[in-house]
Amino acid sequence: MDTATKNFELKDLDTDFEMRNQDSINRSEIDKPVLSNIKFMITGILFGIILVKSEVISWFRIQEMFRLQSFHMYGVIGSAVVVGIISVFIIKRFKIKTIDGETIHIYPKKFNKGQIYGGLLFGFGWAMTGACPGPLFALIGNGATVIIVTLFSAIVGTWVYGLIRHKLPH
Amino acid sequence: MNIIEWIKQPWPWYVAGPLIGLTVPTLLILGNRTFGVSSNLRHICAACMPMNISFFKYDWKKEIWNLFFAGGILLGGLIALLFLQNPDPVVVAPKVATELAGYGITNTEGLVPKELFNWENLLSLKGFILMVVGGFLVGFGTRYAGGCTSGHAIMGLSNLQLPSLIATCCFMAGGFFFANIVVPFILKLHF
Repeated sequence: MDTATKNFELKDLDTDFEMRNQDSINRSEIDKPVLSNIKFMITGILFGIILVKSEVISWFRIQEMFRLQSFHMYGVIGSAVVVGIISVFIIKRFKIKTIDGETIHIYPKKFNKGQIYGGLLFGFGWAMTGACPGPLFALIGNGATVIIVTLFSAIVGTWVYGLIRHKLPH
Repeated sequence: MNIIEWIKQPWPWYVAGPLIGLTVPTLLILGNRTFGVSSNLRHICAACMPMNISFFKYDWKKEIWNLFFAGGILLGGLIALLFLQNPDPVVVAPKVATELAGYGITNTEGLVPKELFNWENLLSLKGFILMVVGGFLVGFGTRYAGGCTSGHAIMGLSNLQLPSLIATCCFMAGGFFFANIVVPFILKLHF
């Protein structure tokens, strides 16, 4: 890689907090074999089953939520956040380590205007498709095969964002 | 009622929510991974069509755990379909059911309305907007926002991050506006 490209990327990374976080989080595990990721697949399987059985991947549930006609989605997200907050607190308070004995790091998120503009745009899409990214995968597995098109469209959306992000307000 | 019969029922929020919340410490303890699904869309771009876009020029293989996680979600959906499927239709809140019936949506046998989300409907304006334009906004918006419901609303809020609270409020604001004002207009389309 020539110096010019490298400088450009470093400059770019500097404004891209997600990427910088990802780089620093995973550096310690580069040498792990690919199959060590099976544990994350098993976690995903359990998560997928929960998404289906709680019906949070249902377009009907999402319409109910945005029309304030059901407590279900608020209960699911609210109690998930409460359990998440308690878990993260316990991990930090007791300095719990990973199964490999590493210190657990959670990198803070930095504010940028993308969280407002992008958040609103995602909200529009969520109301239309009734699905956020996790449920897209769960719905396809659950037999709603046409959602493959929606997932593909979401990938295209991400790609277009990558293409024009330098022109967008952040 | 045996245990499988019980599991097949829709799970109440106070069972599902805490289990979803436990995904956060599970991923952290299994290997310092922060919960999030939408990044996978970026990894797929980086793996399949990075072109010369700097946003996609990174070593996506270092993030392969996330693709395993997403693959697991898909498999979980399949396992639920094969072994744990609820035989009854989805119970929809009366007001919403009445409103949807007005647009000709009465089939609640699947988690998504079969009248809207099917392959033939992709060719109609209504279906195209809901499935293709909607999907595009999900992908574009989550990356612009730096995360989705899992990465911001659950992981970010669990770590008490103000940017995630702002993002979550905007997800909800955008959804409220669209579901109440725009989606009814889309559903009224006859073509």
